[in-house]
Amino acid sequence: MLRVRRVMGAETEFGLSQPGNPRANPMRDSARVVDAYAGPRGLKSSQNFWDFATESPLADARGFFMNIADADASQLTHVPADDVEAQYLANVVTENGARYYVDHAHPEYSSPEVLTPRDVVTFDRAGDLVALESVRTLEKSAEPVNLYKNNTDSKGASYGTHENYLVDRSTDFDDIVTGLVPFFVTRQILCGSGRVGIGREGEGTGFQISSRADFFEAEVGLETTLRRPIVNTRDEPHADPAKYRRLHVIIGDATLAEPATFVRFGSTSLVLGLIEAGLAPRIELADALQSLWDVSHDLSLSTPLPLADGTTKTALEIQEIYYSACLEHADPDDAETSEVLAEWRRFLDGLSTDPTTLADSIDWVAKWVLLESYRSREGIDWDHPKLALIDVQYHDVRPEKGLFHKLERAGRIRRMTTDAEVEAAVVNAPDGTRAFLRSVAVSRLGEDLVAASWDSLVLNAGSFGVVRLPMHEPLKGTRELLAHRVEGIETAAGLLEALGVDRLTVKND
Amino acid sequence: MSSQEQVQRDKSSGGGDAPVDPPEAVQGQINTQNVDSILDEIDGVLESNAEEFVKNFVQKGGQ
Repeated sequence: MLRVRRVMGAETEFGLSQPGNPRANPMRDSARVVDAYAGPRGLKSSQNFWDFATESPLADARGFFMNIADADASQLTHVPADDVEAQYLANVVTENGARYYVDHAHPEYSSPEVLTPRDVVTFDRAGDLVALESVRTLEKSAEPVNLYKNNTDSKGASYGTHENYLVDRSTDFDDIVTGLVPFFVTRQILCGSGRVGIGREGEGTGFQISSRADFFEAEVGLETTLRRPIVNTRDEPHADPAKYRRLHVIIGDATLAEPATFVRFGSTSLVLGLIEAGLAPRIELADALQSLWDVSHDLSLSTPLPLADGTTKTALEIQEIYYSACLEHADPDDAETSEVLAEWRRFLDGLSTDPTTLADSIDWVAKWVLLESYRSREGIDWDHPKLALIDVQYHDVRPEKGLFHKLERAGRIRRMTTDAEVEAAVVNAPDGTRAFLRSVAVSRLGEDLVAASWDSLVLNAGSFGVVRLPMHEPLKGTRELLAHRVEGIETAAGLLEALGVDRLTVKND
Repeated sequence: MSSQEQVQRDKSSGGGDAPVDPPEAVQGQINTQNVDSILDEIDGVLESNAEEFVKNFVQKGGQ
């Protein structure tokens, strides 16, 4: 029986601009953004703080493996310290267990690992508050920086909003590819963010469904910054590689409307469940890339997509097939799964009758209705700069400037979370994953925490020196398992003791 | 979807294609009345010089 529950996470690379200074160095500003958040909160920010080293486990302690790190903290970096760009590689683990850092020329928030689509919504949105906090701090500086949760400048550059899903390692990767490609090509109608301009540089006028579609150039591949593929093959599980594969999804848009984020992750998790169970629909597009672009460029949702068997199907028809398969095999008693299926159903119904009824749920529709209204009131064409401005400003993280926030606060976009829930998610880890242990370490250990990563903590354990605590199992180190044990703990030694580690093996090689 | 809707098509994501006309029939479907009140509010918060803002919004590529 399919259930939506799965280890998942969301990554957002924010667009940034220094008002009045288009020549500002984006790497420097990205580092300023990250440091502006970390500094006032007393969080460590340096590239050394992210543990890039590969662990080699030595001893077992209640599900954790333990070893003595044979490297000094200064050797844990991956960019030579004398590299001129090294000064900009800020790396922060936030109190909720997320990572906030400089990725290429953008500040990126990678949410902590969560188990449910609702928690993805909450912890992704917590990242928007983190970004807002950076903007607020820099507003007081001589060089303020604004952040945009979007994916393109429509001048040829695109930056990612990635999704991560842990998948059963025994699932054949070819099955993942064939099962996912038709789903991903058509999923944009559920959760595209919309974009003014057609083509990578916006050389065509008009509006399209996805902000990312035009930047994809391959069906399957390893790259993420060039020749972007519909299915990315990066195999870096950040977990036990014998048990898990991390599917790194790079094709999604940055969604702000919570129902769209919810359906984006929920539907994808269910489809992965179908694939793991060998139950994925057998659909093969004749030309997946062309179909990806065609779906994005067709606001009527009626383009027939050629299939390998010579027939055609529309994006909506393909989505119906995936939805039906998930419904058929879903656990009807699982409330989280039922909620995802109900929202997915509502989206498909709205899209097939009158998409504008979903202006309260899906970003591309909300943005399209807003732009179209503005366009007809002003009597302006699609190439008018004011429409391009609205397209960007929809994504501004500031509530007083961001048009999404204006719409949502006016009650025109549905919300699933409350302000209080999101604010709590900025400082508390989600339930059910090792993010809790990371959160405890970052929030309480101070100088005793030397470095951290998705699957490790590097602790300063007094006479033992520097100790690496691997966390290969995302479902351990959770609040449920550890909260009572780590209560009041404020030192690395205390944490190790609380975890039941009473013996450290010295590595002799 | 109504059959008379014009489909907005563009055969490639690259340059070189003629600009694509917006889908008139689809636009006609949108009831703009209930967003009019929010448009005035949005007017008040839009960055003042749209052309310059858009020109200056230049990003380096990412992932």
